[in-house]
Amino acid sequence: MNNTGTLKVTTPSEREIAMTRVFNAPRRLVFDAWTKPELLKRWLGVRGGWSMVVCEVDLKVGGTYRFVWRKGPDGPEMGMGGVYREVVPPERLVATESFDDPWYPGEALDTTVLVEQGGKTTVTTTVLYASQEVRDAVLKSPMERGVAESYDKLAELLASSA
Amino acid sequence: MEPLGYGQTTPDRLGATFAALADPTRRAILARLASGEASVTELAEPFAMSQPAISKHLKVLERAGLISRGRDAQRRPRRLEAVPLAEATQWLEGYRRFWEGSFQRLDALLDELKTKEKKRGRTKR
Repeated sequence: MNNTGTLKVTTPSEREIAMTRVFNAPRRLVFDAWTKPELLKRWLGVRGGWSMVVCEVDLKVGGTYRFVWRKGPDGPEMGMGGVYREVVPPERLVATESFDDPWYPGEALDTTVLVEQGGKTTVTTTVLYASQEVRDAVLKSPMERGVAESYDKLAELLASSA
Repeated sequence: MEPLGYGQTTPDRLGATFAALADPTRRAILARLASGEASVTELAEPFAMSQPAISKHLKVLERAGLISRGRDAQRRPRRLEAVPLAEATQWLEGYRRFWEGSFQRLDALLDELKTKEKKRGRTKR
């Protein structure tokens, strides 16, 4: 696929994780895909038997969103939601995020910025966590590229001993 | 954002594992232990660190269940516990795959939306 961009993960500050990805489409369409339930349901978290069974979006400042995924017809469910803090179509979206079954303490703040150039859109989503500790717990170490020659070795070892 | 369905690991345990893995010295200690058990003295050697400092790191790793103590009562060697680490690796792999998978689907969806728009543009004219 010639338009599959590479996902870049960085840490712009000690409480943040940023993901950057280029899409081969104008940002108006990307923004739609990011905010319209009928479109969101077709891509976000939809993989490996998981589908989005609830997708509610009240796209305005102070409006809420709610997503629930389910594996298979009656498998486990995973839910999350939050409140929109800034809505500037088609360039900027700020919302809180929290999980029904939290895997990190507290709430995080997601800022999504869309920049269009030459018909392509660069989307950067920055997640701001409550503390550096939380951020580190979510991300640091193995996900960070290049950390870990040593870690790779470990992974190899584990794979071979599994 | 949403890592979905990565096994039965509790968030608390994963949190402890990741907090333990966040430190480069602790990762290096784990890498050393991957090639076999070692005493605190042996573990302290490659680092410009005092034994108490190393012991502190070992305590964090132990609490996270990433290492345990071997049988030799004299040396009290530490050894790697593979399961929590394997869980953490699996989880991170899932996180990345979640987003890569989602974005690939989004690529396809955007192609479809662009094609639809072009068609609509043509019929308008």
